[in-house]
Amino acid sequence: MARQLNAKILENARIKGSYFRSVLLSRQIASHSRPGQFLNIKVSSGTHPLLRRPLSIHGVDKKKGEIRILYEVVGRGSEILSQQKSGGVLDIIGPLGHGFDLRNLYPVTRNPILVAGGMGVAPLFFLAETLGQGPRKRHALHARVLIGGRTKEQILCENEFKSCGCRVEIATDDGSRGFKGKVTELLERMLRPPNPVSRIPSPESRIPIYACGPRPMLREISRLASVYHISAQLSLEEHMSCGIGACLGCVVKTRTGYQRVCKEGPVFNAEEIVWEKSFRKGGP
Amino acid sequence: MKRNLSVRIGKLVLKNPVVVASGTFGYAEEFRGFLNLKKLGAIVTKTLTLRPRQGNPPPRTCETPSGMLNSIGLENPGIEVFVKEKLSFFKRLGVPLVMSIASEEDPAEFVELAQRIDALREVGAIELNISCPNIRPQASGSRLQAKACGVQPAACSSLIAQDAHATHSLVKKVRRVTTKTLITKLSPNVTDITDIALAAEDAGTDAIALVNTLSGMCIDVEKRRAALAVTTGGLSGPAIRPMAVRMVWETYQKIRIPIIGMGGIIDTQSALEFIIAGATAVSIGTANFVDPAISQRIVEGLQAYLLRYKIKDVHSLVGALLL
Ligand SMILES: Cc1cc2nc3c(=O)[nH]c(=O)nc-3n(C[C@H](O)[C@H](O)[C@H](O)COP(=O)(O)OP(=O)(O)OC[C@H]3O[C@@H](n4cnc5c(N)ncnc54)[C@H](O)[C@@H]3O)c2cc1C
Ligand SMILES: Cc1cc2nc3c(=O)[nH]c(=O)nc-3n(C[C@H](O)[C@H](O)[C@H](O)COP(=O)(O)O)c2cc1C
Repeated sequence: MARQLNAKILENARIKGSYFRSVLLSRQIASHSRPGQFLNIKVSSGTHPLLRRPLSIHGVDKKKGEIRILYEVVGRGSEILSQQKSGGVLDIIGPLGHGFDLRNLYPVTRNPILVAGGMGVAPLFFLAETLGQGPRKRHALHARVLIGGRTKEQILCENEFKSCGCRVEIATDDGSRGFKGKVTELLERMLRPPNPVSRIPSPESRIPIYACGPRPMLREISRLASVYHISAQLSLEEHMSCGIGACLGCVVKTRTGYQRVCKEGPVFNAEEIVWEKSFRKGGP
Repeated sequence: MKRNLSVRIGKLVLKNPVVVASGTFGYAEEFRGFLNLKKLGAIVTKTLTLRPRQGNPPPRTCETPSGMLNSIGLENPGIEVFVKEKLSFFKRLGVPLVMSIASEEDPAEFVELAQRIDALREVGAIELNISCPNIRPQASGSRLQAKACGVQPAACSSLIAQDAHATHSLVKKVRRVTTKTLITKLSPNVTDITDIALAAEDAGTDAIALVNTLSGMCIDVEKRRAALAVTTGGLSGPAIRPMAVRMVWETYQKIRIPIIGMGGIIDTQSALEFIIAGATAVSIGTANFVDPAISQRIVEGLQAYLLRYKIKDVHSLVGALLL
């Protein structure tokens, strides 16, 4: 059950460029959070900005009661958040939403694939950490992680993923790190059957994919998932107001009608989503 | 000493004047765990229609200075599903339930909805949402309004609440079929709100709720596109408060029935502004998104204000603006 509370800021620091990480103290939220869930944070005490800002839970330390978030300064809300000092408190609501579904993962023999675009690493790292611990030690899974960004400046958490036992591959649009191209091209290479004529799916194709990132990336993963008959769980974003399912603002179109990103989501099965022309895309 | 916060809206007795506004409190269960729902004066549901409505495409909201635009488009499961799945929650709650209703096309639907609700014991009052700015793209509001006022669409504006005759005619039709407390919710998108309020009062509404959202628009200049998928939406939040307080004040001077005031209430002070301007009850909208427990805290804040000024009864504050 989500709660509203004042959490102490233990740490709030720039990690590089416009990216920040905070550590918040809330035993209650830390112990109930699951990968894919998020917090809705009141960044200002005034009315500008008025609404809370949703941020994924980036990781938790249940023993210490700590929650981590990872965010990029993109506007006024995140700017104000980045200026908060450790020692202060933040009014947060969480854990919110429906996280990644791990039920079908166990028992498995192969490690799942995580695909992150830019800030998409935020919830996926929590997932990698959780899989690395496993429901029991012997069920620990070490995910293969694909991280994409425009340049190497947008590649985050590489070492953190590695330190929880993940194999990391990187793609940048400009080739400044790793593979030159889209992270989804990397993914497709991995999924493509070794012998295209035989049409026998590659062994990877039975492995679930978990992804978070920009819409076009998620849409492409959705396409690949259907071509290669794999299941994919996508964490989506939409402009949010209440975060608790009341305002019906953050909906996404699915096969069964509009569903709320904050309640039924943010994680959806790829085949559920009806991809439409993005209203935000394009320009003059 | 306890102060009297209880107020009457039609036949309905509220233990305090703090209500939560339609569309901003879901069907209340979303807020369970964040506050004690039993402390509220009344709960207004998201507007319900005869048939389910899927609402508008996203993006449906956009933040604006000290406010937000929304174009939800009255997404709701329809009255049948509501009655079957959500109503029992309110039965156990014991807080007056106000059912907000609207129609897409036909004023006769308001009548049918009211008839059905009249038979529901759990429901304390009906709120007629004749002022939602977000249903035009799907079903032309002007057709609905045309039917209500009996003239050609071209001669009509878009919302029933923008036309005194249409308002009168609709309220009268609904009044005939229900003995439940009837609240008529007005739009601020008018030249003179008092004309519409007077029409609704004359047609037999028990109370006036005002205001619904103010029609607005926001543009992303980088993309040169409207921030909302359907271009325009309804503005709410502190940004509209001074306008809403003024409308309550103007209306209070002209009508005798109670006013439920709203528009940008975020704390006790802003709730008091509405009461002093003439609202018998206040409704909390957008602020529920920011702080899900705010309505309960406003109840406590009002109690404290009465104590501080040694006022025995909240009624003596209603319209108590010093001139
Ligand atoms: C469930 C969820 C989880 C999220 N997790 C993270 C996270 O872990 N780390 C992180 O950095 N960001 C995350 N975001 C996005 C984050 O909420 C927005 O970047 C933030 O709200 C921007 O606020 P702002 O005031 O700084 O910018 P604003 O001035 O409000 O906006 C700046 C730009 O960001 C866009 N934007 C604002 N809100 C959103 C949104 N909800 N979704 C998409 N675009 C938006 C605006 O259109 C605008 O172009 C998440 C969003 C959701 C819905
Ligand atoms: C997201 C959202 C949805 C709304 N939905 C409805 C609705 O279904 N019916 C209605 O009568 N008013 C609706 N409203 C209007 C509110 O009930 C209220 O009249 C308005 O927002 C002004 O109050 P506020 O500034 O406190 O939010 C909605 C407002 C918002 C922000």
